[in-house]
This record gives sequence, structure tokens and C-alpha cells, in this order.
Amino acid sequence: MTFYRIIKTIFLTEFVVALLIAIKKIFKAKKTINYPFEKGKISPRFRGEHALRRYSNGEERCIACKLCEAVCPAQAITIESEIMIDGSRKTTKYDIDMLKCIYCGLCEESCPVDAIVQGPNFEFSTETREELYYNKQKLLDNGDKWETSLAKNIKADEPFR
Amino acid sequence: MVYLSIFFSEVYKIIFLLLPVLVSVALIVWLDRRIWAFVQKRKGPNVVGPFGLLQTFADALKFMFKEIIIPASANKIIFILAPITTLTLALIAWAVIPFSEDMVLANINVGILYLFAVSSLGVYGIIMGGWASNSKYPFLGAIRSAAQMISYEVSIGIIIVNVLLCVGSLNLNEIVIAQENVWFIFPLFPMFVIFFISSLAETNRPPFDLPEAESELVAGYQTEYSGMMYAMFWLGEYANILLLCALGSILFLGGWLSPIDVYPFNIVPGVFWMILKILILFILFSLVKAVVTIYRFDQLMKLGWKIFLPLSLTWVVLTASFLFFLDILPKPL
Repeated sequence: MTFYRIIKTIFLTEFVVALLIAIKKIFKAKKTINYPFEKGKISPRFRGEHALRRYSNGEERCIACKLCEAVCPAQAITIESEIMIDGSRKTTKYDIDMLKCIYCGLCEESCPVDAIVQGPNFEFSTETREELYYNKQKLLDNGDKWETSLAKNIKADEPFR
Repeated sequence: MVYLSIFFSEVYKIIFLLLPVLVSVALIVWLDRRIWAFVQKRKGPNVVGPFGLLQTFADALKFMFKEIIIPASANKIIFILAPITTLTLALIAWAVIPFSEDMVLANINVGILYLFAVSSLGVYGIIMGGWASNSKYPFLGAIRSAAQMISYEVSIGIIIVNVLLCVGSLNLNEIVIAQENVWFIFPLFPMFVIFFISSLAETNRPPFDLPEAESELVAGYQTEYSGMMYAMFWLGEYANILLLCALGSILFLGGWLSPIDVYPFNIVPGVFWMILKILILFILFSLVKAVVTIYRFDQLMKLGWKIFLPLSLTWVVLTASFLFFLDILPKPL
């Protein structure tokens, strides 16, 4: 031990300096937010809760091409389809098992008509498992509920696709 | 009838002491968490009540509704007794703390000895809890805690001897009055520093929180406890911290005396100064928690036995010879 270090140890200089720094930090701006009351910014590419979108005239976008079902690595999507009276092909069943889903975003990327998308919502925890087996109605409702922010996010991400 | 009225008046006195102590313990837990958060640039608990002041009460309510789990292999009687012991010992020590000249529950002549004895007994609650749990982490935590508390009690005792040499009385009120001219923090500053660090070790606060070191011992002696029994350990711990802050302010910071004896200050009641001094010491306690890293156990023992003990013993000799040769030893009553 050098003389200098002995002096430092006896007078606890480093400890006192640390205390002064701590006191200084108390008055600095806080880095955290009041989470449930204010929320952090999220990217337009954020992969949250799924939604099925509609065209502005209310027609479902999904054409039942089943690309999402094929690409889904967790095999969380189940689709059944039928030819409608007007000759178009539409889904009769579109289920996503949100417990299987790994939120990779491949379904959204594979969709040719931007029907299945992952929105900005990440607060959809439930109290039972059954509530997380989403069916077509739930997904369409989600789409209606989040349409404004979904459209905005898709538009914001358009140049990078 | 006379005995009954005496009994009731004593009970009232005790309740009027204990309720403020328990409420302030709850508020001090909030303050501790808040300061800790502020140093780390977080917001800390701020939702329940104004500024989150009621957070601790919400936590206590939660603890009350939790199930108390007693391990099958535990020694039931001692397991239940341990948190009760800790809390009781932490609370009965407050009986002799003077908040102002006449605001003291029991103004006994050996106040400081009583305080020292009770805080030494505090280790029993922890040993009982650790041993009765009959599981390895609580046991190791209890052993560490016992060794730590006993080592640092020695140096705290010798520091108290230092102060007593300057006072000449064991009565806490007389210790305060002896500091009318100069607080003992000035002539005995190194002792104050050692007292502060020893009381950190005594109350198992960081950097000496080895008995409950999360990374190695889960939660030390509290591992098997749950519900209200855990809360009692927790309350006892913070009541002990407050008690040592109070002891520090009585021994070194002049207790309920006002800092300067001039007009606007000396009409303020002593309670205010006492609480202010306790608070300042406590804020120092929680700042230390935020800045330091944990000690290794052998370093802790080395600090206690090889540095603090010889240092405080030397200081006793120095103080005694200084007082003797300048002929300012306090007169025996």
C-alpha cells in the first residue's frame, strides 16, 4: 500500500465522493415513466396483438390464400375457406392460437393484401387460456378497433418494405 | 382502583409511543425506497396515496391477507416465536429514547445499558428464525448474521464507553444535556464514523447485508417466512434501523437540543430537533445503501475485529487520558 492509498482509505475519500455523486443524482431528471398512466414510444414495426383488416367499404381483405398458415413457424394459424355466392374466396374460419404464436411477424410479411397485421397493442393478457384462442370475429373486431393506428403504421413503414 | 388507573395510564402512554413509532417505520420504508430510486434515476413508489406515501400500508395489508406457510420440518414454536421476538425487541427499546426533556416513557438511570442490552438481544430473533426453519439457506444466513452482529456490537459498546467517559452518566437525558456546549460529533468525529458504519453492520444494511445476500442465500433467515410473519421481521428490521439512528443522534448529535441556542431556534420543541436528526441520519443510511457494493464475509470480519475494535479501544485510552490530564473528567454525582 502506498502512502497515498493509506490516506485515501483512512479518510474514506472515495466513499464520500460516491455519496456526493449520489446526492447530485437525486435532483437529475428521472429516466423511467409512470407506466400504466404514460406509455413509452413504440416503433411502427412493433409486432403486438394480431388483427384482421377490412377495406374501407367494410369488405374483408383476407382472400384465404393461406400463405400465413403455411409460413407460420409455430403453426398457430388455422384457416378454412369457401367460395362465396359472388365467386370470391373467403375464410370461414381464421383462428390464431396466441399461446403458440411467437410474434415473429412472418404472417404479416407474407400477406399479399395486408389483411393480417400485428398492431401496436401489447396489453392483452387474460385470466384464462381459452380467451387467448382468437377466432375470426375477435381478429376482425381488433382490426376495427385499431384500424387508425394500423393504417398509420403501415403507411409509415411503406418506404422500407 | 388506584392500580387499575395506573395500569390504564401506562397503557395509554405505551400506545402513544408505539403507534407513532410504527407509523414512522412505515413512512421510513417508503422514504428508503424513494431515495434509493431517486439515486438510480427511477421514480420509486408514487402511486398509492400522495407521493406514494401509503405504499407501505398497502404492502402491509397485502401481507396480512397472505397465507402463513410453516414448513413441515420446521420447529413450529420457535419458528412462530422468532419474528415476534424480533419485533418486540425492536419496539421495547424505544421505551427509553428521550424525544424531549420530559417526553420519555421510562427515564431510567441505566438507559444506555438497557438500550445496548436490548439491541444485543435482537440477534436472537434472527438465530431462532434461521435455526427453526430447518433449511440450509436460513441456517447459513442466521450463522452469518449472528457472527456479524456480535462482532460489531463490541465496537459499538466501546464507542458508547467513549461517550460515557465524557458524560459521566448512563441516563440518556443526561447524555443529551452534557452536549449543551458542544455536540460529541465534533470532539469524537472518528468515533461517529465508526459508530455509523458499525450500525450499518448491526442492522444488516448494505454494504453489510450478508445475512440476506440475495445472490447466495436467497433471503437468508427470512427465506421460509411468508405473510404477516415476514412483515414482522421486516418491521423489526426497520424499527431497529430507526432505533440506531435515534441512538446516534442522542450520543453524537445532541438529541433534542437545538443546533444553535438563539431565539427562533430554542423555542422550537425538542421533539422537532430529535425527529429531524433521526431523519438526517436515516437519509444517510439510505444513501449509503444506494452507493456501496456488498462486502465479502472475511472482509467484514477483518473490518470489525482488526480495524474498528483496536481503533475504538485506542480512542478510549486517548479520551480518558485527555480528560484526566486536562482535569475535565465529569464529576460523579
